[in-house]
Amino acid sequence: MNVFARIYYSLSKAWKAVRLYLVIAGPGIVVMVADNDAGGITTYAATGAKYQYALIWFLLILIPVAYYVQEMTVRLGAVTKRGHAEAIFDSFGAFWGWFSLLDLMIVDWLTLVTEFIGMTAALAIFGVPPWLTVVAVILLMAVIVLNGRYWTWEKIALLFCALNLIYIPSAFMVHPSVHDILRTGLVPNFAGGFNGQLFFYLMANIGTTIAPWMLFFQQSAVVDKGMLEKDIPWGRFDTMLGSVLTVVVAVFIVIVTGTVLPGVDIDSAAQAAEQLMKTDRYVGTFLAIGLFDAGLLGAICISLASSWAFGEIFGWAHSLNTKIREAPWFYASYFLTLITAGAVVLIPNAPLVLITLFVQVVAVTLLPAALVFLILLLNDKATMGEYCNSLRQNLIGGFIVIAIVVLSTLYGVSVMFPNLFQ
Amino acid sequence: MNSLRRLRATIAEINHRYGTPRIAMSPAVRLSLMALRVYLLLLVGLMVFRFVTLVS
Repeated sequence: MNVFARIYYSLSKAWKAVRLYLVIAGPGIVVMVADNDAGGITTYAATGAKYQYALIWFLLILIPVAYYVQEMTVRLGAVTKRGHAEAIFDSFGAFWGWFSLLDLMIVDWLTLVTEFIGMTAALAIFGVPPWLTVVAVILLMAVIVLNGRYWTWEKIALLFCALNLIYIPSAFMVHPSVHDILRTGLVPNFAGGFNGQLFFYLMANIGTTIAPWMLFFQQSAVVDKGMLEKDIPWGRFDTMLGSVLTVVVAVFIVIVTGTVLPGVDIDSAAQAAEQLMKTDRYVGTFLAIGLFDAGLLGAICISLASSWAFGEIFGWAHSLNTKIREAPWFYASYFLTLITAGAVVLIPNAPLVLITLFVQVVAVTLLPAALVFLILLLNDKATMGEYCNSLRQNLIGGFIVIAIVVLSTLYGVSVMFPNLFQ
Repeated sequence: MNSLRRLRATIAEINHRYGTPRIAMSPAVRLSLMALRVYLLLLVGLMVFRFVTLVS
């Protein structure tokens, strides 16, 4: 075989693998990119403006953290063929089950509110009134969900995931100093000192990368998609790719605001977009479009996480492969969550920016409880068999739980005693 | 009224269905889980307090 034939053979083999991946790509990449939701974009934009490139190293650490946590849900879903809520009820009883479901319901709803905050703020930049955005989004999501097929829903969600990459060209357009990024961004440091504000930003950044709804969402999506044990390697790859993408996008957002708006107090991503428009119209527009896309993608996924969980526990039909008359309660809970969250944004003078940042922090505070159950479930040898957690996976999971509890505690202490960390 | 009664009956049925946990937990594990839960809720309470003070 000559060289050209060999190259052609390798390329066509690689192209086949890519096409195969595109067919089965799904829950992992969608959940990870959806986590760069409106609240996430706001957090990254505020982090870049506040600390410039100084916390990029911290974001990079979140790649393996996100992967290890979400990979566990892939194995659990593929092996048990049950959603996360059902797995907790079945394994730990109704008492702990209701606790987890209540956590999920509250955090999901609050997060959904932040998605609407982001979407209305983004379109307000282009002169669209908030009520119109809320109505249009609910209608659009109805069309996406009511098509009656998981596969179609997932591919539409993937399309929105691709739009999330808009921040990468934006970062190149503001001409950041690569030398500064490498010098200040990749060396672990705590810029501005060890204080309550830093704890808040670190927690908000963790909260935008891993959140309780993601555990419930990915496991239920794995089940709804019908993934089996043999699909676990693809699920892992999908999740790893998603983890890398989500953090890469976050880093590029930090670079954009860190370069153009250093030291500016950014309250929201929409405000950042407006400020950026004064410097570079295209970058500002990209940020606004990206913010709307992030909010929409987040809303598409988060509203489903609750509905799946309720369906599992209440015994309702709960699949995107069912029509509305076959699963009325599943769709009713979906739209009820969506409409009530959208209505909050329309309340006059609501502190929307503050709500967005606090929701991230509350979500990460409640995360350890969900993680402990996840780790316990992955150690159930009778159910998981060869897919049980290894010692290394348990150590990493345990470390993540402890790190989040310590950070939450430090933030709690800084709230109670603001002068302790100056 | 009827819907409320039906909801209560459904919740009772769920509680009955999942009454016996499949994974047995020792009292120490249960206590640790409860302590973690209460502690995290306390922290959330602190954050809500912070939120309220900032808003007002």
